[in-house]
Amino acid sequence: MVYLILKRLLQSFFVMLAVAFLAFSLFRFVGDPVSQMTGVETSVEDRERLRDELGLNDPFIFQFARFTGDLVQGDFGFSYRTREPVGEMIAKRLPATLELGTFALVISLVVGIPAGIYTALRPRGFVSQSILLVTLVGVSIPTFVIGIILIFLFGVQLAWLPTFGRNGTVDLGGWSTSFLTLDGWRSLILPAMTLGVYQLTLTMRLVRAQMMEVLRSDYIRFATARGVPYRQLYFKHALANTMVPVITIIGLQFGGVVAFSIVTESVFQWPGMGLLFLESIRFVDIPVMGVYLVVIAFFFVIVNLVVDMLYVAIDPRLRVKEAA
Amino acid sequence: MLDVQDLTVKFPSRHGEFTAVQDVSLRVAPGEIHGLVGESGAGKSTIGAAVIGLLQPPGYVANGRLVLGDTDLRSLTPDAAHAIRGARISMIFQDPQTSLNPLMTIEDQLIETMQAHEDITTSAARARAIELLEEIGIRNAADRITAYPHQFSGGMRQRVVIALALCTNPELIIADEPTTALDVAVQSKVLDLIRELADNRKIAFILITHDIGVIKQITDQVTVLRGGRVMEAGPTPQVLDSPQHPYTQALLASVPRLDRKLDRFLVPSEVEEAAPPLVAGVDAEKWLLAGDTTNPVDLEVKDITVKFAGQRTSLFRRAESFTALNSVSMQVAEGTVMGLVGESGSGKSTLAKVITGLVQPSNGTMTLDGAPLPPARQRGRQDAARRTIQMIFQDPYSSLNARHRIGAVLGEPLWLYGLEDDAAKRRALCAAMLEMVGMEPDAIDKYPHQFSGGQRQRIAVARALLARPRFLICDEPTSALDVSIQAQILNLLKDLQDRFGLTMLFVSHNLAVVRQMSDRVTVLQRGEVVETSESEAFFTAPAAPYSRELLSLTPTL
Repeated sequence: MVYLILKRLLQSFFVMLAVAFLAFSLFRFVGDPVSQMTGVETSVEDRERLRDELGLNDPFIFQFARFTGDLVQGDFGFSYRTREPVGEMIAKRLPATLELGTFALVISLVVGIPAGIYTALRPRGFVSQSILLVTLVGVSIPTFVIGIILIFLFGVQLAWLPTFGRNGTVDLGGWSTSFLTLDGWRSLILPAMTLGVYQLTLTMRLVRAQMMEVLRSDYIRFATARGVPYRQLYFKHALANTMVPVITIIGLQFGGVVAFSIVTESVFQWPGMGLLFLESIRFVDIPVMGVYLVVIAFFFVIVNLVVDMLYVAIDPRLRVKEAA
Repeated sequence: MLDVQDLTVKFPSRHGEFTAVQDVSLRVAPGEIHGLVGESGAGKSTIGAAVIGLLQPPGYVANGRLVLGDTDLRSLTPDAAHAIRGARISMIFQDPQTSLNPLMTIEDQLIETMQAHEDITTSAARARAIELLEEIGIRNAADRITAYPHQFSGGMRQRVVIALALCTNPELIIADEPTTALDVAVQSKVLDLIRELADNRKIAFILITHDIGVIKQITDQVTVLRGGRVMEAGPTPQVLDSPQHPYTQALLASVPRLDRKLDRFLVPSEVEEAAPPLVAGVDAEKWLLAGDTTNPVDLEVKDITVKFAGQRTSLFRRAESFTALNSVSMQVAEGTVMGLVGESGSGKSTLAKVITGLVQPSNGTMTLDGAPLPPARQRGRQDAARRTIQMIFQDPYSSLNARHRIGAVLGEPLWLYGLEDDAAKRRALCAAMLEMVGMEPDAIDKYPHQFSGGQRQRIAVARALLARPRFLICDEPTSALDVSIQAQILNLLKDLQDRFGLTMLFVSHNLAVVRQMSDRVTVLQRGEVVETSESEAFFTAPAAPYSRELLSLTPTL
C-alpha cells in the first residue's frame, strides 16, 4: 500500500516535471517575452538590459531550473496584461471553477448512477429506452448549444434564473463561495447543468454497461441461486462490482470537467479559470497560460492519485496479499 | 422428492423456436446423486436452470411438471420461487474462480445467505458458518472466514462455494460441472465431499457433467442426454456396464481408457462430421513426404529453469521471483511421442513454451537434432527451429485469427517460411491439407467462427503441418472438446504420427488421453520432474509416489 502510494507519487512528480517543461517552453519560445513587454519605442539597449535582468540570456537549463523553482515556491510570475501576480489571479478564479465543476459532477453522479442502475435492471422497459434516447440527444448536442437552450428556456422565457455571471458569493478567508446564498445557488444551476449533461450521459451509460455485465457474471447467478434478496443482490453485490471501473472514469471526468469548463464558462460569463484562460489567449498573456497549464495538470495528478487510493479501498484483491 | 415429468424448454429466436430440452423426465430421491451426462448442447445445464427457475431469458418452460416434495415449482410466483432458491434448492457452479463475489468476505456472503432465509442473529449465523466450514474441510475456519475469495486456492474456493450452497440446509443441490475447473487431486476430494453430504445429510444432488469418469465415481442414477432428449437412463452401474442405446455405447467407446491402450478410438458414427481422413489429401501427403517432415528429430532439454517476476510486497524488499520450472531435463527420442503430465501450475505449458521459444529460460540448454537450440531471445525470426517446431494450442476458439479466412490462416506458414512462393500452388496445397485432416476443401474461403471446436482444431493441426514441422507440440489439444470430438482429433494425431513418424510432445492433464497417445511419459510437479518412464510401464507400475497418487485419483471407467 505504502509502496503503491510512493510509486504513484514518483510517477506524478515526473508528470509534473514534463508539464512544467511544456509550460516553460511555451513561455520561453512562443513569441519573445521582451517584445511582449515593451513598446515599439523602447530602445535596443533597454531591451537588452531588460533581457539581461530577466535572465533570458542564461543557459536554457538554468532558466528552466529557475522557472520550476519559482513554481514550487508559489511564485508564478506576473501577467503581461494586468501586471498582477499570476498566482493571485488564479487563486481568485479557482474557487469559481472548482465549485462549478464539483456541482456539475454531483449532478452527473446523483442522476447518472441511479439512471444507469435503472436502465441496467430494466433494459427493455419503455422508461429505460426513453432515458437512453434523451441522453443520446443530450450527448450529441454541443455544450454551448445546450447552454444557450437552457438560457433561452429558464433565463429568458421563464425568467427563473439569472443567465450569466456569478452572484451572491460569500468570502470565506480568500475562498469565495456560491454555496451559502440563494443567489449564489441560482446563478450556479444553469452553468452546472450545462457542464454536467455530458458527464451525466457518460456516467449513466458506463454504469449501465458495467452493471449489465456484472449481472451476467457467475457470482451474481450464484447469489441469485442462493436466494439472496434482490435488493441486496442489486445494490450490494452488483453495484460495488460495477463501481470499481466506473470510479476511474469518473475521476478522469472530474479532471476533464474542470479543465474543459472553458466553453461553459464563456457561455455564462462565469468568472472561472476557463474564462481567464480564454482572455489570456486573446491577449497572448503567456505567463497566465503557462500557469493555467501547470495548475490543471496538478489537478489531474491529484485526482488520479485519489482514484488509485479509492480503487485499493474498494477492491480487496489490490491490497497486499496476506498469507493465504 | 424431485420429480420432473416431460420437461420441455424452448428458446424463441428470430428463426423460430429452438427446443433445448424435450420431454425429459427424471426423479431424484433424498441422498441420491443423479448424474446428467452428455456432450455440449445436450441440454444438461438447461435442465438444471429450469429446475431452479433461472433459465436465461428468453428461454421458458414450454411443457412438463416440475415438483419438489409437494411444491409445484412451475406454479410459483416469481417471489415465491426466489424464496425457494437457497432455502430448498441450491446450486454449485463450475468455476470457483468466478462464482464468489470478489469484493465481499466469505463471512459476509455466508451470513447474508443464511439471513435471507431465516431469522437468525449475525453471531449465531457466524457460529454456524464456522462450524460448516470446518465440516467441509477448511481448517482454522474461525480465522479464515474473514478472508476474501481471492485468498483461497481453487479447491478451497470450491469448498466455500459448497458451504454457501449448504448453509441454508437445502433439500436439493444442482451441481453444474462442479469439478471441471479443478485438478484431479482436488476433484477427487470435492467429489468425496459431495458423496459424503448426500449420505450423511440426505441431500439430493443433480450432478451435471460431461465427464463419464465422474459419473462412474459418485452417481447412483444417470441420465444420458443428447440434443435435449434422454437417450438412456437408469442406475449408474447398469447404464455404464451394459449400455443399451447405441449413443451411450458410442459415447463410452470414445472415452479414453486409463487401464489400457487402444490403437484407435471408436467414433460414434452419427457424430462423425466429415469423410474419414487419409483417403483424401494425397497431394498434401506427397508434399509432406517430399519435405524434411519424415526426417524426425530428437530433442533434449537440460536443466531448464524458468523464473517469473513476483509481485513486490514491500518497498524495501526485492520482489520474490516465482520458479515455474526448476532444473528440468527431458529427452524426446526421434519419432516418438513424449507425454507431459502434471497438475495445473506444475509447469507443463511453460516447458512447452520454452521449447517453442515463447518463454525465456533463466538457465539451461536445449538441443534439437544434435544442434544447440537457442532460447527465446537468442532464437531469431529466421532461425530454422521457428519452422521445424510447431505448436497446437489448447483453445481452438482463440488460436485462429477470427478476421482471417481459413485460406489465409493456412497459407501463412507457407509464405512466411518461404516454402511455396506461388499463390495458386499455396491455395491448392492448403485445400489438399484440409482434405488430409478430414475437412471439406471448400472450408478454405470460410471464417473460423463458421466451424465447430473440433473442426477448428483440425484446422489448427493443418496449419501446424503446413510448416513441414519436425517436432510437434500439442498443448492440451483436446481439453476444450467433447469426448467424441476428442476421439476424432486423437485419431487424427495418431494417424499423422504413424505416417510421418513425427516427434511429438503431448501435454495434458488427462492421464487417460496421455496413455493413448504417448510412448514415454514425464511427470512434473511444482516445476520439477518427478518421474520419466516408458508409457506402459508408467501406467502399470508407476515408480514415484506422486505418480501413483495422480493415477489413483483419476476417475476411471
